[in-house]
Amino acid sequence: MITIVNYGMGNLGSVLNMFKKVGAQAQVSSDLEVIRKASKILLPGVGAFDTAIQRIHAVGMKEVLDHKALEEKIPVLGICLGMQLLTEGSEEGKLPGLGWIKGSTFNFKNRIDSNLKVPHMGWNTVRISKQTALTKGYEGEIKFYFVHSYYVLVKNENNSMMKTGYGVEFDSAVVNDNIFGAQFHPEKSHKFGMKLFENFSKL
Amino acid sequence: MLQKRIIPCLQLINESLVKTIKFSNPGYIGDPINTVRIFNELEVDELCFLDIRATVENRQPNFKILAEIANECFMPLAYGGGIKDAETAKQILSIGFEKIVLNTAAMKTPNLVSEIASYSGSQSVIGSIDIKKNFFGKYLVYINDGTQKTEMDPVLYAQKMQELGAGELLITSIDRDGTWNGFELEIIKKITDVVKIPVIANGGAGSLEHISDAVKKANASAVALGSMVVYQKKGLGVLVNFPDKIELEKVVA
Repeated sequence: MITIVNYGMGNLGSVLNMFKKVGAQAQVSSDLEVIRKASKILLPGVGAFDTAIQRIHAVGMKEVLDHKALEEKIPVLGICLGMQLLTEGSEEGKLPGLGWIKGSTFNFKNRIDSNLKVPHMGWNTVRISKQTALTKGYEGEIKFYFVHSYYVLVKNENNSMMKTGYGVEFDSAVVNDNIFGAQFHPEKSHKFGMKLFENFSKL
Repeated sequence: MLQKRIIPCLQLINESLVKTIKFSNPGYIGDPINTVRIFNELEVDELCFLDIRATVENRQPNFKILAEIANECFMPLAYGGGIKDAETAKQILSIGFEKIVLNTAAMKTPNLVSEIASYSGSQSVIGSIDIKKNFFGKYLVYINDGTQKTEMDPVLYAQKMQELGAGELLITSIDRDGTWNGFELEIIKKITDVVKIPVIANGGAGSLEHISDAVKKANASAVALGSMVVYQKKGLGVLVNFPDKIELEKVVA
């Protein structure tokens, strides 16, 4: 069972809808006992970095998530803010991230041409930088729907799974063994997102 | 490079999909669920639904229809119509829509724009501005589905919406709605010149050239299509369709 971790941030309805569509069993939960039993974890997220990290700490979820991701090594997928949380920290906040992926989250503002609007919102193409179980079955032009004001850069190129350009080139998807992150919204990206969710559900 | 968004903007009256001409005479198009299935197949960039009569008829959004739409659609979804408070907006977000469109409520209770933006982020609030030229050629903002004129200047109002926290603006020309005669480029350009947030041009799309003009001449970040995506051609019958993507890319690139 894929457990979509509900820490009070983000649009869980559409994530659940898409798992249903690809025939995967998924549930939304904030219950630590349920998360302890999860065979796969999805970290969603829309909102502010520090608020999210605080909520994860406040309910004692950090230890449970660390154990699942680093000890049990079950498949984990972070989406949007959920991917930024995987890094060591963000310019959006002061608190450290989960640190499962070496790298940081940066602000687009002041780093890209001022003619480019922030948030980076809309459909953009990605380039696969590392083939993994999640990139299986993609052919031709691959595009996803993005909405974000901060972007991730990994320290070790080996942790970059996809790259996208918007004023700067950033890591639009990341990987570290069993841990995956997607900056875009697969649940809002038609067949491109469905493929990713399907691949994740088959892990 | 980021692709310009081309957004079917669909009008609802409760459970029916309709299309108006100059905000009047809503013609019946069909069942919204069947229609979104077609747009799903066509893999459109994004969909926007507006229940055009919810506010004037003092109705709540039709949550049942919205939930059915969200279950079918795997693309960004926006909804407007009858949203008077943050609770209603939250309910729509939780269904699986990620953008809330505010028009009359934003004029009457500007704080609602800020309230929703602080709850779910600016990117989740679209400030919708209906505009119409008066006898002297001056543009004014209209509310209540175009039935009530205000004395507000659209350019100033657009800036105000941005300050309040709207993450995007939907600019609709009442006079061009349903006419296939092209966008009101001049006023859209005036707005895109002064705001930093993306502007969606709406009202008047009838050809690829119009779409190109909205993007290239008026600097719109996105273009909304109404009649073009629900009718075969001007004056002809209902046909849910979307312009050829390769042709589209050529005109907006």
